[in-house]
Amino acid sequence: MSKESEHLENFRFDLRLIGSWIKPNSKVLDLGCGNGDLLLYLKEHKNVRGTGIEFVEAKVAKCIERGLSVLQGDFNDEVHDYPDNCFDVIILSQTLQQVMDPKNLILELLRIGKQVIVSFPNFSHWMIRMKILVHGRAPKSRQLPYEWYNTPNIRIITIRDFKEFLASLKIKLAKEAAINTDNNDKDGKIVKFLKNIRATYGIMMLESPH
Amino acid sequence: MTDNSIQQPQSLMVEKQYFTFAQPPNEMVLDSGARLGPITLAYESYGTLNEQKNNAVLVLHACTGDAHVAGHYSDENCSTSKPGWWDNMVGPGKPIDTDRYFVICSNILGSCCGTTGPSSINPETGKPFGCSFPMVTIRDMVRAQKQLIDHLEIKKIMALIGGSVGGMQVLRWCVEYPEMVASAIPLATTTRHSAQAIAFNEVARQAIMTDPDWNNGDYYEGKGPHHGLAVARMIGHVTYLSDESMRNKFGRRLQNRSSVSFDFDVDFEIESYLRHQGTKFVSRFDANSLLYITKAADYFDLESSEGCSLIDEKLSDTTFLVISFSSDWLYPTYQSKTLVSILKKNGCDVSFCEIEAQWGHDAFLLPNPRLNTIIEKFLLRISNEQGI
Repeated sequence: MSKESEHLENFRFDLRLIGSWIKPNSKVLDLGCGNGDLLLYLKEHKNVRGTGIEFVEAKVAKCIERGLSVLQGDFNDEVHDYPDNCFDVIILSQTLQQVMDPKNLILELLRIGKQVIVSFPNFSHWMIRMKILVHGRAPKSRQLPYEWYNTPNIRIITIRDFKEFLASLKIKLAKEAAINTDNNDKDGKIVKFLKNIRATYGIMMLESPH
Repeated sequence: MTDNSIQQPQSLMVEKQYFTFAQPPNEMVLDSGARLGPITLAYESYGTLNEQKNNAVLVLHACTGDAHVAGHYSDENCSTSKPGWWDNMVGPGKPIDTDRYFVICSNILGSCCGTTGPSSINPETGKPFGCSFPMVTIRDMVRAQKQLIDHLEIKKIMALIGGSVGGMQVLRWCVEYPEMVASAIPLATTTRHSAQAIAFNEVARQAIMTDPDWNNGDYYEGKGPHHGLAVARMIGHVTYLSDESMRNKFGRRLQNRSSVSFDFDVDFEIESYLRHQGTKFVSRFDANSLLYITKAADYFDLESSEGCSLIDEKLSDTTFLVISFSSDWLYPTYQSKTLVSILKKNGCDVSFCEIEAQWGHDAFLLPNPRLNTIIEKFLLRISNEQGI
């Protein structure tokens, strides 16, 4: 087994898929990069020049200790200073549902990057639908484990809604995958049929219409 | 290893060295237009410059610092004398590892710790310059350091590092000699001195200049403005601390008494501490040097109507690590963020971390495991990338 797959095996399933989409030697910005696991993998295995943005000081320090470039701050603010097209790929993984102004953020990301990879929990998964339909309760799930009053997930996104949103803005959908993950999101499989019902996450690669 | 005895950390022995240049008639032309020469820089170096001469780390000291970064002088008793000002950071096996890197620090132009400054003898008169010493800028300081680096035959500096006024020198180096800088670590600093920082410097200068013993800067044969200089240092110290650190360190505790004195003697510990810092400073620093260096800091401004002079594509290969401290109100985090924003526009590889610390501006000088670790690992990354 190659070193690459050994390393990737430890990742969340969606990050593994995202990692496989990124071409060698590209320049990558990872929004909400955490401890820099994905960036480190991309640096070591794909010779990627990466930068992360992360809010938590301890995680920022961890990234620097691992030899990565990282900015401490809120990515909603930090993305504005970059010149046009200065990254090949920007990664926004499992954070879109927490963003106050997703439309303008995505447009801004498409300004500073040639491609944007977004992953988000799919709110139209059948289990969530059942919660509302059968129990009449605001849905909680493994992916969205919060109560209505303390959830950071302020945007309810479904795969179908997101695609309509892209179409309305004439944003090109270059690649997509719908995945169904296991309990801790470590493993999963790609969903081919009835994606909007069966997938726990949607992952999409966007390209600017220009 | 079978030896169970605790290994004593190796004492780093250093000596002060001097480099003289700008001999008349080739004096250095300063930003003010004045000519100055000869100029002597006091400097210290640690570790060994490798064959490729690419493992140099240039440490830039702050306002009242000196070239003595770490270790002890050979004529000192290591157990009783104080080591250099950044001994927790620089030395064998320390974050700025003198076993790996060739570390250099020179005393800044206008200072009084071995480098030419207002207390030096003016060769034309045979007397100390005093206020006839020309005004110097951060750029002048950096241009003088460049002469030393050229003398050491170093073409590219692996890392520049400095806090406060030292951070200003780091940034000025990047503006003046971008192709010589592989990486830069500006700590607790700014791209332009703020009105608040200028204000405190002005109060410090007024404390000195209104002391009758200042005598328009001509005091080297007399007592000198001891009181004014001590007050200036007390003001400086307040700006280096923070509300939180003063509350935790001193609170309202009384100094060696159980009740207040009802006179103007020292009542509180914080008063005693500041007086002590003031008095201690008088014995090691020249009042005129403080006037000149604070003015140089006040003049520091990399931004102009044409934009920031750090915006330069020659810097696109320089890797930056910008660090601020949460309780620093002299050079608050927003000023570091402004710097980061400029570097992002430049396409530089830049990292930024705001370290949570209660010690105010002083935090960059105090032992801090987080600061030490990120500097150590950042330098390792740079040395790997440079093939060292």
